[in-house]
Amino acid sequence: MRLELSGITKTFGSHRVIDDISLDLPDVHAFVLIGPSGGGKSTLLRILAGLERAEAGRIAIDGSELPRDDEPLRQYRSGIGTVFQAYNLFPHLTALENIMLPLEKVHRLPRDEARARAIETLRRFQLEPHAHKKPAQLSGGQKQRVAITRAVAIKPRILLFDEPTSALDPEMTAEVLEMIEELKREGRDLVLVTHEMAFARVAADQVAFLDNGKILECSPPGQIFTAARSESCRRFLGRILRY
Amino acid sequence: MPASSNPSTPALWQRVASLLLAFALIAGLFTFAFSTVGYRWNWSGVWVYRALFLKGWLVTLLLSAISLVASCLIGLVLALLRRARFLPLKYLARIYIETIRGTPLLVQLLIFYYVVAHSFAIENRYVVGVLTLSVFSGAYISEVIRSGIESVGQSQLDSARAIGLTTRQTYRYVIFPQAIRQILPPLAGQFASLIKDSSLLSIIGINEFALSAQNVSSYTYSNFESYLPLAVGYLVLTLPISLWTQSLEQRNRFET
Repeated sequence: MRLELSGITKTFGSHRVIDDISLDLPDVHAFVLIGPSGGGKSTLLRILAGLERAEAGRIAIDGSELPRDDEPLRQYRSGIGTVFQAYNLFPHLTALENIMLPLEKVHRLPRDEARARAIETLRRFQLEPHAHKKPAQLSGGQKQRVAITRAVAIKPRILLFDEPTSALDPEMTAEVLEMIEELKREGRDLVLVTHEMAFARVAADQVAFLDNGKILECSPPGQIFTAARSESCRRFLGRILRY
Repeated sequence: MPASSNPSTPALWQRVASLLLAFALIAGLFTFAFSTVGYRWNWSGVWVYRALFLKGWLVTLLLSAISLVASCLIGLVLALLRRARFLPLKYLARIYIETIRGTPLLVQLLIFYYVVAHSFAIENRYVVGVLTLSVFSGAYISEVIRSGIESVGQSQLDSARAIGLTTRQTYRYVIFPQAIRQILPPLAGQFASLIKDSSLLSIIGINEFALSAQNVSSYTYSNFESYLPLAVGYLVLTLPISLWTQSLEQRNRFET
């Protein structure tokens, strides 16, 4: 995909969370955002997801601009897959029903078709045995994988992940990252906010470092992890990779 | 999880015996109290009017049932208005709720019956009674519903928006199914209050249960014989609701 951001600004109260970000990535498939907490990476992802509105600037994905009005923005959201840190699933619905809900109610598939597609997608990720379980009966890793399945089942233009493994233990983290990597191999375009540097290094084709609401650096992982240009990025990576 | 698997739950016979003991204690206290005032019971006078009691009880049941449904609708609309983005609607709901909850039903009933109903040419006192009761109870129910809605976390709303649900669909498929568990126990409690509050309708001359008792009392000059059946009649309605509430609360605890 081609991702263009120009002059994106977002403030919460008097705090400028995203500060005039501009970026043009003509051909990116796995875009990873890293940086310190509160640096603005989650907010930027939420803007891309159509969940927050930037006060200024424009965003275009493959040349089509992100809408600003409520209803077009809702339609935009329905066409992309977003996965959060935790609590993605609706606790009163089973895994299967969670996946069927957007297919049936948003994308207007007939019930049988929605069910068939949900089951097929669950099967693809070896989650079919859990189809009739409620989220409370699933492990953290399974919950995230069902959440990703729900995002994939709608055949989204892009997939967005907001720290999808931050609430998981290392083993579950691995199982979720494997799934994300598999999606990447299939050729799906994704944007990922993460603290998993090792994963970013192997999976990303562009990595952006955000601090204080600005993108201080954006380059392929080979470059950013070995020879970061900005001082604060080097310091951040030095600290995070030391242990 | 069945209750019996819990080791701290006492055996059935223990519970029955304790219940009987507690009941006997309270019954004994009142028997003693009545015996010291030397009250002379005379049930035969009241027995003559048993049909009047039954009719009053049925009217109370009917009025309560209609008010129950109507007050739920009013409560739901108010709860949604309080969350409205359009400020005048939001304030309208707030003023309504605070005024109704802060003033006695007695005053509301008099104002509705003698002023509002009159100016809108509502002749039927039963209609006025049901409306007033619904308006009154609706204010309380709206707060119950609102807190239930607010118990559904922001992350759920984010998820709902992320998959592209409209606001209406979010309420229908995400918020209400989760909120209903929080809403039901206090709502049932509110139903029990509503049934008892309906006794005030007697002051605008509605022939419900409380007025039947008053009438019988004045026909027969027997106070307690008229009012004790009244208490029992209300208990018959409120006790099942109370037990239902408790079982709901119990179930919620196990499921979460």
